[in-house]
Amino acid sequence: MTTAIPDPDRADVVTPDADGVSPLEGGGRVLLVACGALAHEILHLKRINGWDHLDLACLPAILHNRPDRIPDAVHAVVTRNSSEYDRVCVVYADCGTGGALQRLCDRLGVEMIRAPHCYAFFEGVDSFIERDEMTAFYLTDFLVRQFDAFVWRPLGLDRHPELHDAYFGHYEALVYLAQSEDPALTQQAADHAQRLGLRFERRKTGYGELATTLEQWASQD
Amino acid sequence: MAEEDDLILSELDDDELVQQMFDDLYDGLKPEIEEAVNILLERGWEPYDILTKALVGGMTIVGNDFRDGILFVPEVLLAANAMKGGMAILKPLLVETGAPKMGKMVIGTVKGDIHDIGKNLVSMMMEGAGFEVVDLGINNPVENYIDTAKAEEADIVGMSALLTTTMPYMKVVIDTMIEQGIRDDYIVLVGGAPLNEEFGKAIGADAYCRDAAVAVETAKLLVARKHNRMSAG
Repeated sequence: MTTAIPDPDRADVVTPDADGVSPLEGGGRVLLVACGALAHEILHLKRINGWDHLDLACLPAILHNRPDRIPDAVHAVVTRNSSEYDRVCVVYADCGTGGALQRLCDRLGVEMIRAPHCYAFFEGVDSFIERDEMTAFYLTDFLVRQFDAFVWRPLGLDRHPELHDAYFGHYEALVYLAQSEDPALTQQAADHAQRLGLRFERRKTGYGELATTLEQWASQD
Repeated sequence: MAEEDDLILSELDDDELVQQMFDDLYDGLKPEIEEAVNILLERGWEPYDILTKALVGGMTIVGNDFRDGILFVPEVLLAANAMKGGMAILKPLLVETGAPKMGKMVIGTVKGDIHDIGKNLVSMMMEGAGFEVVDLGINNPVENYIDTAKAEEADIVGMSALLTTTMPYMKVVIDTMIEQGIRDDYIVLVGGAPLNEEFGKAIGADAYCRDAAVAVETAKLLVARKHNRMSAG
């Protein structure tokens, strides 16, 4: 088991060493290299399923604001640790890397989640794509909690509210893809929608294909 | 960058004023840019010179610092907004004074994608560089690009996408151009955060443009090459 457990409620989810990756002290057989935005959900799944043979190394979730940097960051962690594990799995979707992360994983011979982004695998990739909601702005539990750190402030809306239309002028709805049943979080999401001037919708997704994918990886020999 | 609270723009000489405009663009100060443009006009500057030397020059610095991770999207948007203020004054004058025409571009965000920040920056910088731009907006099916490019007798078709899921649509547009036998009539430029040069080549675009400044330089180069080929032919 990994002993360094990141605090998923923090914007800088895990940054103990130089490259922002949590130290690995687990001794498990499988290493999960994951986006910090998924830390809470992965740790929960590990706990309830008793997946003690899975170790977790999280990269800072804020990399999502610079997706071009994700492949290099993943590459560094995988190559540094792969010799200590039977297998490495990358708990990222494409996440705006334009296929670069998939190409990297293919080259390294490691699996990743086949989905455009976490919104899709939480809801279920087929269902998500079928909806084809071009004007929906999505939040997950993590992003609802971290809205100011990951959306509001990086977009400069705290300092320059006049930029709102440049970012959100074409959006119509904020869709909260809820992993949990938490009325307080739902209220927070609704408040974010109001701040953005968007219609609010909540959809309970649970962990969706994150859970099934991890289950598959956990059960492989 | 600009720190002087009570700086009087009209008291600066031309070089100082242009330098100050670079600073004000960098800081996204639209009223100051508008004031400076009017001062330079009053001093007899040609609108085209104000556009290229002061506004485009300033935005190029902004673009470079964005590329290098010194500035971020909000700052670039504020700078672009300031530049737009200046361009709004200059545009009618540029028409009157017959500024050089570099070529015509039809540009839009592809079908299924509503993101237009990058596309809008490219449009503005292309206009600043003397290109006529027909902006199709967002969510454009293939016929929007092709019909407009034909109707406008455009030189360039520009496509933008922010999503990994929508960027493959660029190939649909290019393949349709090939089917219709018109691919070589246009320079096709593509851009957007998840794209790269390899993708641009793979789908058959003439070039992938990393940012607005690169789009302008690439457009200039490829239009010049096209004109040379036509002269030679």
